[in-house]
Amino acid sequence: MPGSQRVRLATAGARAETVGALGQQPAGERSRSYAFHALLLLMLSVAVLGLAILLIDAFVEGLPRFGIDLFTEGTSALPEESGFLNAILGTLFLIGGVIVMTVPLGVGAAIYLEEYADRERWWNRAIEVNIQNLAAVPSIVYGILGLGVIVRGPLDLGFVVLAGSITLALLVLPTVIIAAREAIRAVPPSIREGSLALGATQWQTVRRQVLPASIPGITTGVILAISRAIGETAPLLLVGAAVFVSFNPSGFFDGYTVLPVQIFTYFSRAQDEYIVLAAAGIIVMLALLIAMNSFAIWLRNRYEQKW
Amino acid sequence: MEARDAIAASGLAAGTPRPRLEAARPRYGERVIKALLALCAVLSIVTTVAIVVSLVGPTVEFFREVGIFDFLFGTNWSPTISPESYGVLPLVIGTLSVTLWGLIVAVPVGLGAAIYLSEYARPRVRKLLKPTLEVLAGVPTVAFGFFAFSFVTPVIQDIWPGFLGDEPNVFNAGAAGLAIGLLIVPIIASISEDAMSAVPAGLREGAYALGASKMRVALRVVFPAALSGVVASIVLGVSRAVGETLVVLMAAGNTPNLDLTFSESVQAITAYIGVVATGDISTQSLEYNTIFAVGLLLFVVTLGMNLLSIRLVRRYREVYE
Repeated sequence: MPGSQRVRLATAGARAETVGALGQQPAGERSRSYAFHALLLLMLSVAVLGLAILLIDAFVEGLPRFGIDLFTEGTSALPEESGFLNAILGTLFLIGGVIVMTVPLGVGAAIYLEEYADRERWWNRAIEVNIQNLAAVPSIVYGILGLGVIVRGPLDLGFVVLAGSITLALLVLPTVIIAAREAIRAVPPSIREGSLALGATQWQTVRRQVLPASIPGITTGVILAISRAIGETAPLLLVGAAVFVSFNPSGFFDGYTVLPVQIFTYFSRAQDEYIVLAAAGIIVMLALLIAMNSFAIWLRNRYEQKW
Repeated sequence: MEARDAIAASGLAAGTPRPRLEAARPRYGERVIKALLALCAVLSIVTTVAIVVSLVGPTVEFFREVGIFDFLFGTNWSPTISPESYGVLPLVIGTLSVTLWGLIVAVPVGLGAAIYLSEYARPRVRKLLKPTLEVLAGVPTVAFGFFAFSFVTPVIQDIWPGFLGDEPNVFNAGAAGLAIGLLIVPIIASISEDAMSAVPAGLREGAYALGASKMRVALRVVFPAALSGVVASIVLGVSRAVGETLVVLMAAGNTPNLDLTFSESVQAITAYIGVVATGDISTQSLEYNTIFAVGLLLFVVTLGMNLLSIRLVRRYREVYE
């Protein structure tokens, strides 16, 4: 007989004994318990319904304007001729830069913290708390950092794609590190011990055993972090994406705008045609993000390994 | 230990050489790799230092011209219209209004969802609901801002009862707050659920064996045992609401307001930063420096809440894991 079943039987038996000795619970207690259950379901449905209404609302508002020209037209003087082409290209450039910067740095930091760092040392604990805290710093503060240090100040790049990429890379790095650490931690110690006992060095163990085993988890974490970066708007307002751009970016030193910022820019023109256009942009962005998130969750369920 | 000593001693006595476990030659490559990996981790410290430095420099310049006391306790915020005045309280109260309405939604909904997922839901239901919450957490804030403006505001204008006074403005703190509430539900739900799931099953079984109903087990046993995690989730949710930019920028308006309000337009701290940043300002102006002064205030407040929340999460982890 499995242990959990045994515990359940013992608990049920003890409960029956208690009820036998003290009598059933008063009826009021039972109806209150049902009411509580109903209340919990209500709260849960508020969350799920809220999400559903948010999606439906954007869909209904944006549908009249939804069409292929959203993807083929850039920003233009008239709302009927405007689309999101230059914003979509800007997002691709920006996110490409973010991936190139965050994946090696994030995975490297995660390997150091999980495989090398001695947790008794205060500096390693400081790094850990610092990363947790950075993950919760408001995103607009990263925008201020980008404006003060990357766009102007020491790096002085100006309002270009690269400035936006660096700003967003710093923003999502903590998320990538935390996700990669969890994936690495899920590899059982026996794998490492076996490898080390056979004479492999620590790096050989990481390179040939730990990393291959944790790649699905790391990939999932990276996709979730990148999809967060795609939807991020506030910091990019400060590092140049809100400037009016009507051309397609062709490199990392061009001016740019990105999808969510373009949505916000159209929205803030406060004319009905532009607000509908903004809603159509939200449909495009949500479709992209839900596809990415679903893929990440599928990946996690497909490759989740039980050791 | 004694056994091991005995074996070692007998080995020495017999004169058999013990195998050497150290590497035959020093592994410099290994050390270089370790140093490079450590460098990646140290980059996070560099980021924090860069944030602080980039905020403090212009803030110091700002306080050369505006008194700290006038800034923190002044009740009039009009940095562009003469006579200029730099009292930050209206922005702080704007943020408070929005956060308050957000919490009124997010705390009951988030905790209700957490208790349901941890105590009531069957594994299959949980497998369906948790990804739904994750999708909610992944929706960009610009979509929440649009939702607040195009759906929440019209609905509350429609159902607004007359005895509460004037109908809400097109831009109002309430709609922005409610949308932010929905936005932080996944944060509160997932961290609280983690904390509740970490409560050992033995506590539940003990209470159940004593005849307690499921509600009592959830409210009197699991909830108090997970309290530090629950508080941590709410503190983190508040920090997120305070730092949220797009929703307040799109739905709450840009009017500094000294009253805690639902139906009027307010300007939150983050909305001010967003508005100034999207306009044209010269680098050397006092107005440019206000972004940094206000940003530093935002950073310090959220930093305090984040550190508190990290400490609380660590506490329940220490007790149960």
